[in-house]
Amino acid sequence: MTQKSPPKKKNWSWRSEAFRGLIYQAVAIGLIVAVVWFLAHNTLNNMKIRGIQSGFDFLSGPAGFDIGESLYPFDSAQPYWQAFLVGITNTLRVAIIGIILTTILGTLLGVGRFSRNALVRGVCYGYVELFRNVPVLLQLLMWYLLFTEVLPASADAWVIGPVFLSKGGLSFPVPIWAVGHLWALIGLVAGFAAAFLYRKWAFKRFETTGQLRSMFWTPVAIVLAGGVLGWFAGGAPSAFDFPTKGDFSIENGGSLTPEFLSVLIGLTVYTAAFVAEVVRSGIQSVARGQGEAAAALGLNPRQSMRLVMLPQALRVIIPPMTNQFLNLTKNSSLAVAIGYPDVVSIANTALNQTGRAVECISIVMLVYLTTSLSTSLLMNWYNTRSAIQER
Amino acid sequence: MTSQIFQPIAARPAPVKTEGLVAWIRFNLFADWVTTLMTVVIGGALLYLIPQFLSWAIFRASWQPNFEACRVEGVGACWGVVAEKYRIILFGRYPFEEQWRPLVATGLMLSLLIASCMRAFWRSWLVILWALVLTVFFALMYGNTMGLSKVETDRWGGLPLTILLASLSMAMAFPIALVVALGRRSNLPAIRTFCTIYVELIRGVPLISVLFMASFMFPLFMPQGFNIDVLVRVLVGITLFAAAYMAEVIRGGLQALPKGQIEAAATLGLSYWQTQRKIVLPQALAMVVPSIMNNFISTFKDTSLVTIVSLYELTGALSLALNSDSDWRPFKIEGYLFIALIYFVFCFSMSRYSQWVEKQVNKSKLR
Amino acid sequence: MSEPIITFDKVNKWYGNNFHVLRDIDLSVAKGERIVVCGPSGSGKSTLIRCINRLEEHQQGHLTVDGVELTDDMKAIDGVRKKVGMVFQQFNLFPHLTVLENLTLSPMWVGKMPKKEAEEKAMEQLKRVRIAEQASKYPLQLSGGQQQRVAIARALCLTPKIMLFDEPTSALDPEMIKEVLDVMIEMASQGITMICVTHEMGFAKAVADRVIFMDQGQIVEQNNPHDFFNNPQNERSRDFLSKILGH
Repeated sequence: MTQKSPPKKKNWSWRSEAFRGLIYQAVAIGLIVAVVWFLAHNTLNNMKIRGIQSGFDFLSGPAGFDIGESLYPFDSAQPYWQAFLVGITNTLRVAIIGIILTTILGTLLGVGRFSRNALVRGVCYGYVELFRNVPVLLQLLMWYLLFTEVLPASADAWVIGPVFLSKGGLSFPVPIWAVGHLWALIGLVAGFAAAFLYRKWAFKRFETTGQLRSMFWTPVAIVLAGGVLGWFAGGAPSAFDFPTKGDFSIENGGSLTPEFLSVLIGLTVYTAAFVAEVVRSGIQSVARGQGEAAAALGLNPRQSMRLVMLPQALRVIIPPMTNQFLNLTKNSSLAVAIGYPDVVSIANTALNQTGRAVECISIVMLVYLTTSLSTSLLMNWYNTRSAIQER
Repeated sequence: MTSQIFQPIAARPAPVKTEGLVAWIRFNLFADWVTTLMTVVIGGALLYLIPQFLSWAIFRASWQPNFEACRVEGVGACWGVVAEKYRIILFGRYPFEEQWRPLVATGLMLSLLIASCMRAFWRSWLVILWALVLTVFFALMYGNTMGLSKVETDRWGGLPLTILLASLSMAMAFPIALVVALGRRSNLPAIRTFCTIYVELIRGVPLISVLFMASFMFPLFMPQGFNIDVLVRVLVGITLFAAAYMAEVIRGGLQALPKGQIEAAATLGLSYWQTQRKIVLPQALAMVVPSIMNNFISTFKDTSLVTIVSLYELTGALSLALNSDSDWRPFKIEGYLFIALIYFVFCFSMSRYSQWVEKQVNKSKLR
Repeated sequence: MSEPIITFDKVNKWYGNNFHVLRDIDLSVAKGERIVVCGPSGSGKSTLIRCINRLEEHQQGHLTVDGVELTDDMKAIDGVRKKVGMVFQQFNLFPHLTVLENLTLSPMWVGKMPKKEAEEKAMEQLKRVRIAEQASKYPLQLSGGQQQRVAIARALCLTPKIMLFDEPTSALDPEMIKEVLDVMIEMASQGITMICVTHEMGFAKAVADRVIFMDQGQIVEQNNPHDFFNNPQNERSRDFLSKILGH
């Protein structure tokens, strides 16, 4: 029997669904085009009347303002686009550190909801409800208030070991950069490579003989050993730059401004409440029967968690978790209310100085869109790769 | 094997009690040495911190609107700042003598919101009720009718503004979100693309940038001479923002509906819009009520951002109240705690309500 | 008569303070014996067999499995679990692992078997339940009957002395029940001790050495299948049988 393809549709009816679909779409597109044209026309008109210039050429002009803090030196003579770059690095700085800290804190809180101890469960529950139900802007403002009013002035800073905490921020000793540190870094990288190879060897050995070696602590030890060996090889530099009390502020050492600290801690604490809920529902989503089957097969609680419960829980946890990471990044835009110079704050200043509202806001939206879309793409790729295969 | 004569045994109570207060304490707090250690550490910390906090907040606190009393040595929290400034915090820059108007208006709005939550009110005349209350709200707040003096929108502030922004933007966002959700699931590529772009664009950017856009670019979008109120600009911004998130929630509900429902409707001869109106939407929307509540809670919290574009809702009104007054400024913390409490009460009750609704919905699913 | 492999001695269990779910259970199971436990829901049948591998704890009495008494001693419990295989009503296969990985998990991680050996053993068991061609598929890609057969093979990979079945066919569509029962009947003829909670009376008649009827936490009657089905002694047993065998 030869397979013939189905015959092509011959008739074209005015009442067919396809035709109606075309009409609807034509109408919709027509409407959208009309609205966009109307808005654009008005905008151009208004800009001409008010003498507002447009275009992105202002980006190469000198910025004319200083930035409170940045990773690398910036002064007001440098162009606007470099100012925006500083803003982006500031946003990324607080976002990345915030994400790491909030994951740790949120996971501990989420797992704590399953603790045997009722006090631990209660504290975790109370934390989540308390920090989830107050707006994040208010929380950021309160942390900022704490850092700038409750803390003492620099002259009477709190001293904890070599660390100073005051209204001026947090000052801590930083190692003075020497060649030895480069060696230490190389050692760490070599340590990572060695640990990776060790894990491969240990896993192969497990498969062939059934003997299990430590798969976590030994690699960690190897990485640390690599770093220490490299440090020794470079001459073991141990000079530190200690902060000292100057006349008006703490000098030397590394420092973190109260703005950065309040944004970081505020975002971490707020987002951790949501991360805790994500972790909790992920762990709960694994059916009880899975744990029972693992126990019936003789697996101990640690093995059961690692081999059966955690892989299944992680599949449920990771998509909403990345959502929370994105929320943290977007919430960092509120730093503009605190005075931390993130990209929104810089755009705000640029906007007020040049009047180029459309351009500045577009830059901000572009930055955030790129972050969100790339993270979504990454998430989709991960989801398809790790999905549990079904019929 | 043959069976012996069977003697039924009556139920006995358990020898070691596993329920009751003592058993609960033993099992939950002192089960093994790790648990006991944690109980001691955390319990000790709580026993130390809580009395300190209570002493500061309640027992040693000063409640009179007298800032001299607050600066006395050893006094705890200064709730006098609330007693003194509560009217500015709650009502913003609304004229002092007319503040009964936002009070009544807010009361009406709250009653409407609470009524909308109760199943008994889920009828078609609820929409009419909403329109009515909103009209009365605006009439009371703006005035200029029935002998009430005119109060411009930039004087509106505090709690009424928060509640207005949250409720009105959610009410307006709902039809938009419905259309966008249906559009994303439509078979027509142009409509589907446009709706997807809208949702992904809005969800990828922070609310503050949308507010900035609404605030700075809206006047440029309107023809010459057309003046847009700052409140309207902000409202449009928040509405468009909330609509994108709500559209995703509704789309989830539409996806969760079994395909068989639409097929059954088709066999009964219903058209696309009839199917949506009578079969799909009633079920899908009932499923997503808890998620929409969560959207409302988020929008409620997000209204605090309008402070940054110079509308003085609850958070902004506090800064307004204290920044210019050097006598009371040292007690900003108490002010913050006061409005944090207000937000917490609102949001916590809403989230409990949403959990209750979810349980009801699940109950109706179990046979 | 050889030593019994499982002994219940005045075993009592409570849920909470007042729900007395197992009342003074006295039971002896001989090596190689095949037992079917039946009874109305809530009678404690599942709880009874779940006590044998300590998925449930009993509060009073002594329960001994293969010479080891079950107490709070975790090591003893782990030892017992390696000798007792269990098949669940809901299959409880691990959905993120392939069929083969489901089977080799315990031998490799608990039995410390090398991977090759574990996989050979696993394929043997899969052939035994006649599902060897699905070895690289994931559990959710299989039908219910196939999943339950994999679950039986997974339990057999431990070479258990005792196999427990907790309503193994209750979650299956009717046309798949036969394939699972066929596997269980074949196992029964190979000398393994089996305790099965089930409503499938045909299986009981074909395979069981003893039928135990439980009601309200007690063993009401136990007899060989022929005498139990044709001549129930107790009124409650008669009542129950009339309900099950009626249609």
